[in-house]
Amino acid sequence: MEHPPYVSTTNACKLCKPLGACLAFRGIEGSVPLLHGSQGCATYMRRYIISHFREPMDIASSSLGEKHAVYGGGPNLKQALQNVMTKFGAKFIGVATTCLTETIGDDVPAIVHEFRREMHDGGSPHLPALVTVSTPSYSGTHMEGFHAAVRAVVEQISEDKTNSHIARPASLNLLPGFLSPEDLRHLKEIMDDFRFPSVILPDFSMTLDGPALQDYEKIPRGGTPIEDIRHMGGAAASFEFGTTLDCRTAGKFLEERFGTPLHSMGIPIGIRETDVFFDALEQLSGTDCPEKHVLERGRLVDSYVDAHKYLFGKRAVVYGEEDMVVALTSFLAEVGITPVLCASGGRSGRFKQAIERITAGISPQAPAVREGMDFQQIEELALELSPDLIIGHSKGYTLAGKLGIPLIRVGFPIHDRFGGQRILHVGYRGTQSLLDRIVNALIERNQNDSPVGYAYM
Amino acid sequence: MSAVGAVIFEERENQIHRKGRAPFDMDCNRESLAGAVSQRACVFCGSRVVLYPIADALHLVHGPIGCAAYTWDIRGALSSGPALHRLSFSTDLQEMDIIFGGEEKLYRALTELIDRHHPKAAFVYSTCIVGIIGDDLESVCRRVASEKKIPVLPVQSEGFKGNKREGYTAACKAMFRLVGTGDTTGISDLSVNILGDFNLAGELWIVRDYFKKMGVETVANITGDGRVEQIMRAHGAALNLVQCSGATIELAKMMKESFGVPFLRVSYFGVEDMAQALYDVAAFFQDKDPGIIERTRQLVKDELSVLYPELRKFREDLSGKKAAIYVGGAFKAFSLVKAFRLLGMQVVMVGSQTGTEEDYRELHEITDEGTIIVDDSNPLELSSFLKEKDCDIFVGGVKERPIAYKLGVGFCDHNHERKQPLEGFVGMLNFAREVHSSVMSPVWSFVPRRRPATAQHG
Repeated sequence: MEHPPYVSTTNACKLCKPLGACLAFRGIEGSVPLLHGSQGCATYMRRYIISHFREPMDIASSSLGEKHAVYGGGPNLKQALQNVMTKFGAKFIGVATTCLTETIGDDVPAIVHEFRREMHDGGSPHLPALVTVSTPSYSGTHMEGFHAAVRAVVEQISEDKTNSHIARPASLNLLPGFLSPEDLRHLKEIMDDFRFPSVILPDFSMTLDGPALQDYEKIPRGGTPIEDIRHMGGAAASFEFGTTLDCRTAGKFLEERFGTPLHSMGIPIGIRETDVFFDALEQLSGTDCPEKHVLERGRLVDSYVDAHKYLFGKRAVVYGEEDMVVALTSFLAEVGITPVLCASGGRSGRFKQAIERITAGISPQAPAVREGMDFQQIEELALELSPDLIIGHSKGYTLAGKLGIPLIRVGFPIHDRFGGQRILHVGYRGTQSLLDRIVNALIERNQNDSPVGYAYM
Repeated sequence: MSAVGAVIFEERENQIHRKGRAPFDMDCNRESLAGAVSQRACVFCGSRVVLYPIADALHLVHGPIGCAAYTWDIRGALSSGPALHRLSFSTDLQEMDIIFGGEEKLYRALTELIDRHHPKAAFVYSTCIVGIIGDDLESVCRRVASEKKIPVLPVQSEGFKGNKREGYTAACKAMFRLVGTGDTTGISDLSVNILGDFNLAGELWIVRDYFKKMGVETVANITGDGRVEQIMRAHGAALNLVQCSGATIELAKMMKESFGVPFLRVSYFGVEDMAQALYDVAAFFQDKDPGIIERTRQLVKDELSVLYPELRKFREDLSGKKAAIYVGGAFKAFSLVKAFRLLGMQVVMVGSQTGTEEDYRELHEITDEGTIIVDDSNPLELSSFLKEKDCDIFVGGVKERPIAYKLGVGFCDHNHERKQPLEGFVGMLNFAREVHSSVMSPVWSFVPRRRPATAQHG
């Protein structure tokens, strides 16, 4: 079942690095993401992101033209920073590079440094927080871009707790990675229920899923407060979701620089991974898991039992971002579904090991694990594996159609259904919702395929 | 006004005109202002839009993954046969390719994909980075063309080398290499090529059907439901019909110069423009076929006798409502202004990403006093205009939609993603129905704009 080593990529199962950085920057209070590159990058990414969230997503661009590519994009970047400052009133500007500006050799940190000095000399000492991240699209996927941006934010904004004049109560840094706004809201609810102060970075639960408004907000409300980011170094601990991440994460930085203890864990989907999260919270806060969540866990176990016969031995193909696939696979294995293929466009080198860890001892057979995949390859493999269902984002629709099996839509992007921003994946509650959707998709298929037409399944 | 003034960049003041305030004088065709969140895309986007619907060609994007990923099957350009255009092909350049050059990878990717899909031709799109590292697309394409015996056409669409318009030109240049290479025997004297229609939701088929009823043969669809072979013999047609402001006019000009094929500019949107297009074609061919005028008149009459009673119902509800328009090319805006007028609605703002001075002058001519005309706008400006003019509906594309919805304003998608045909007489009815279904929805009674008190609770 080895896939042929194709040179070309057909229907990619990944997006480019700056897109991830823009998403992460959108989750900071008063922030405008700014792409240093040609105008098209910002516009394409806006369109892609808007189609999922159905929300405004302004990404500024330094709009480089031909002469800037030759003589350097510095002046344009400075003009863009100035314009974003004055017209948007940004409190934070996250500058991400693109393949164009990486290759022409613009030194973005130096340009931003110069800009700061010029503004200061020009009598504008109060600048927004300016954070830069290097995101050349030719190395890594949107997830590497996302995590690099989060790290850049803490690296460039967090201050040593010993320098802080205000004594901060014990708090938790939660670094969830790329989840849905609904997921982020649920995580906040859990933190509130534990009555433990926390900082979630990034937090686009409001900025990418806000209420109807009377006036267009230049920058949407919500996002991680910059003041909170400054104090992240003084937190009691950091929880960072993701088991395929490299060692250059925000959590690692906070640990190395400020000694903030880091707990790396998988995205909490399924009982085992969610238990890890709640156990760590219990330990950190010194309080027992609130009754509400104990009950949610109990109901989830109860529904695992109710559902088990619909699911046992069903074969699933799972694709998407590596950490999301790992977490989903962990859950599928728990309910007796056999993951037969776990695929990602990412190439962390840690994907296979992570899948083996969470399927060992629970799945009868280890799934095929493939990184660096596109949908051409996923399709070729899937056709051989005769799966019963597919779990992933909208781009697997064609494959599901060819196989005539249900696609359970999760993650990003959801471009062919409504409410992608409100899909809940995490926690006992998110797992419950995923379980219900999967069982119902299989029941619906049986019902439709049955000549009897049972109204009672 | 103060709220509006606060969001307008000084540098852009001359790209906004309010009819009646001062004599018409507008800047346009400028580079987008850095930091202004322009709604524009890039050169690559322009080329990709134009060539994308050619369904039996391979479209390979030479660059890092983003450019191909963001243009994968995003347009509603339908094909009656092959659907190779709906797949997204990329060389997915990696760091090592950037350092050592991507030509070899391009060669191997092209060969591999041509062997797998057997396309009739291949278009190879250059992206920003390819322009910087200097891959010689031309020579790779030549080599593969001679080995695989199909046309392999480089598209010089480096994103930063201008805006969408330059992309249109690059696409036309690539297509022009095909024109004149096919056999033109058997083409009727009464024949046209349809340029600048992308068969979104099957629109080109509607128009083709009108021509068929008039007795006019369509030789090549450029590019909706397009085929390589049709383009190769397009020079055999008697007339080119060019729709869409900038997209294919270059090709028409090149064909006129090299093959003597004359062209007419047309629009198939709205009743007036659609009928005018058909009458213009009839007039062009009346020397060869005097009966064509009467056939065309009858066709229009038949269509209108069905359409008008239907439209009347919508007009009753929509009369007096206010519309705003922001589209890519200005030609569509002309037709939309007229279409809204037919529905009894008033256009209070109209703008485009890439209009020319001539375009804006025409918009100035056909709009009412007080209308805001804007070039290369951005969300801050557009939202302030919508609010100032208290619009009932905004017509635009995906990027404009959340601006309207967030403010509680209706919306009509008139971009490449639409799933509903808006061209032709039937398209006018669909347009009216869509505008009606948004403007008349009860949901607006709940939004803060119409219920400021609710906003305080929410």
